Amino acid sequence: MFSDYTATELGSIFAMQGFAGLILFAVFLLMALGLAIIFGQMGVINMAHGEFMILGAYMTYLTSNLFAEYLPGLFDAYFFVAIVVAFLASAALGAFVEWAMIRRLYHRPLDTLLATWGLSLLMQQSYRSIFGAREVGVRIPDWMAGSFPVTDIVELPINGLIVMIIAISVTFGVYLLMFKSSWGRRVRAVVQNRPMAGAVGINTVKVDRMTFALGCGIAGIAGSAFTMIGSTGPSAGQQYIVDTFLVVVFGGAASLLGTVASAFSISQAQSTMEFFLGGSMAKVLTLMTVVIILMVRPQGLFTLKVRK
Amino acid sequence: MTMHKQSTTGGATGRWGLGKLKLLAASMVLAATANAAAPPTAEVNTTGLAVTDDTVNVGILHSVTGTMAISEEGSVQAEILAIEQINAMGGVLGRQIEYIQEDGASDWPTFADRSRKLLRQDNVAAVFGCWTSASRKAVLPIFEQYNGMLYYPTFYEGLEQSPNVIYTGQEATQQILAGLNWVKEEKGAETFYLLGSDYIWPRTSNKIARKHIEDVLGLEVVGEDYFPLGHTQFNSAINRIRLKKPDVIYAIIVGGSNVAFYKQLEAAGIDLTDGKTTLLTISVTEDEILGIGGRNIEGAYAAMKYFQSLDNPNNEAFVKAFKERWGEDSVIGDVTQAAYLGPWLWKAAVEKAGSFDIDKVREASPGIELTTAPEGYVRIHENHHLWSKTRVGRAMANGQYEVVFETDELMEPDPFPEGYQ
Repeated sequence: MFSDYTATELGSIFAMQGFAGLILFAVFLLMALGLAIIFGQMGVINMAHGEFMILGAYMTYLTSNLFAEYLPGLFDAYFFVAIVVAFLASAALGAFVEWAMIRRLYHRPLDTLLATWGLSLLMQQSYRSIFGAREVGVRIPDWMAGSFPVTDIVELPINGLIVMIIAISVTFGVYLLMFKSSWGRRVRAVVQNRPMAGAVGINTVKVDRMTFALGCGIAGIAGSAFTMIGSTGPSAGQQYIVDTFLVVVFGGAASLLGTVASAFSISQAQSTMEFFLGGSMAKVLTLMTVVIILMVRPQGLFTLKVRK
Repeated sequence: MTMHKQSTTGGATGRWGLGKLKLLAASMVLAATANAAAPPTAEVNTTGLAVTDDTVNVGILHSVTGTMAISEEGSVQAEILAIEQINAMGGVLGRQIEYIQEDGASDWPTFADRSRKLLRQDNVAAVFGCWTSASRKAVLPIFEQYNGMLYYPTFYEGLEQSPNVIYTGQEATQQILAGLNWVKEEKGAETFYLLGSDYIWPRTSNKIARKHIEDVLGLEVVGEDYFPLGHTQFNSAINRIRLKKPDVIYAIIVGGSNVAFYKQLEAAGIDLTDGKTTLLTISVTEDEILGIGGRNIEGAYAAMKYFQSLDNPNNEAFVKAFKERWGEDSVIGDVTQAAYLGPWLWKAAVEKAGSFDIDKVREASPGIELTTAPEGYVRIHENHHLWSKTRVGRAMANGQYEVVFETDELMEPDPFPEGYQ
């Protein structure tokens, strides 16, 4: 199948294909980080994760409209503000949901599945009532659109680069929070042994709420970033939920490193297969491989060693 | 004023008839009933439909909740508008139309359940509804069992012809063939890359497109690719396209995937406005562009039968009335217009039959023509589809299409195209 192309063409295509894989990696990572915190650290199966992402996307939409209306001179920079707004809005809603619903269900993990599924339907319908059933178009500043030509054939999409930068920054931020801050130490303590953590004076209720809010906030950031590459509509969150769970479960629920590794391997596999076999087949093969690996290794790629 | 422009020939005579009869009744000082003009109910309704001396019930069955609400909203609006306009000019056979709206909730069993309710419990005289092929397939057995009449608005893959459905959208060949001919002649295209979401409509349509490209036009298909519904990452696919360097990208991607595809295509440096690559789609109407963003799809071509920008008096009046009813920001896509035809075609058939009876309406339907359709002129074919023109529009940054081509003749609907299967 390569005989039709010259060596330079092939080289360029491989370079671009590699980059396409990296963008997909960044997208997966960004989708999965928030869920890795909520599902991995707290054991809550949050089916409304996609809807929290879309909340971020709608916040970006609102911010862009506000800037276009009142601060057109600063429109080029609105995206940075939008990311912060998206994070805060999703985190605030997350904290509220934790208080109103999730905290009553910590001992009933299967019920959280049902409850958060209901929550996702509720959120979808609210978006539909507030923003309309149609998808909204989020205006992106000119400098963030288009591509960056490297050679004649190789062109790097700028929005892909930005998604990568956001993904790396958020991952690094989460790493610092979880492993270098006293708050992260408390979170990990609660995850490993809740009664003991409580006994040494950690306010587990507060930690739970903050952790859930953080996970939702990161989902908001992801949603904000995805306005550049995907659609913003009431049920757009559904597009992401399967891949998100796939990445988190495959990586090993309780491990952030596992999430990174899993996002990387799934994205590379999928993007390579997509190139050779086409979209639908790539998806089937990816899912099949993941299922087989999980059959052999049900705990996922990485696990946390915990004394039970 | 608007209403008057919208009136069909049948409707206009109806009004005349009403006036004359009233005059007659008054001059003869008859003890006329309230509905002197309307033929007696027993005569126009022999099968127990929900028809009274001054009303007739119809059903509207679309998803207003769930994932499909985004697409079906426009159809609901168009159908309600048509019904209100018909009522304002005197209704059908002297009866005001009252609609019962049910929500299919983007769920096919719900569609089936609701249609059974409309036909069995409400005894509606006609149903305007369904959008996806899956929902139509779900209600089809029920319409056939209880002998209902469904007006289905969406362009679809063909391969169906039910006595209980009038298809007001295009079947596949009406959308595909003329567009491909145009791109060959106008753009000198020789190689094609076919893309689609992975379900029946894009696959059937691409099959027809491939046959036409290879067997009829004698050109080459260099690639064909499908993606799961909801797929959001197209960078690998776009790389494949770059490698094959097709003259034409033929895209039948739907839903949220659409938005992702065009945004990423634009970001990958494939500029549709520079004339090097032609993109032809049959799945993006003005509705979808709202989500994609005009800038991302500027320069792409779409083959449809209707564009909001069509320049004719019917369409001018339609767009004006639609915006007055549903807001200045409304956009009207191909399917919305096709949905708007439903109630008018039904009205014309009922008046021709002189009866609401389903069997008589069915018998009267072939040959019904509408000179007031926003798309111009349409006529119902023997096979229950519409004769329509195919048009090609070029997407502009403001989210509208600029019509660049239209077929001289009406395209004959051919739901079972020979040699294309």
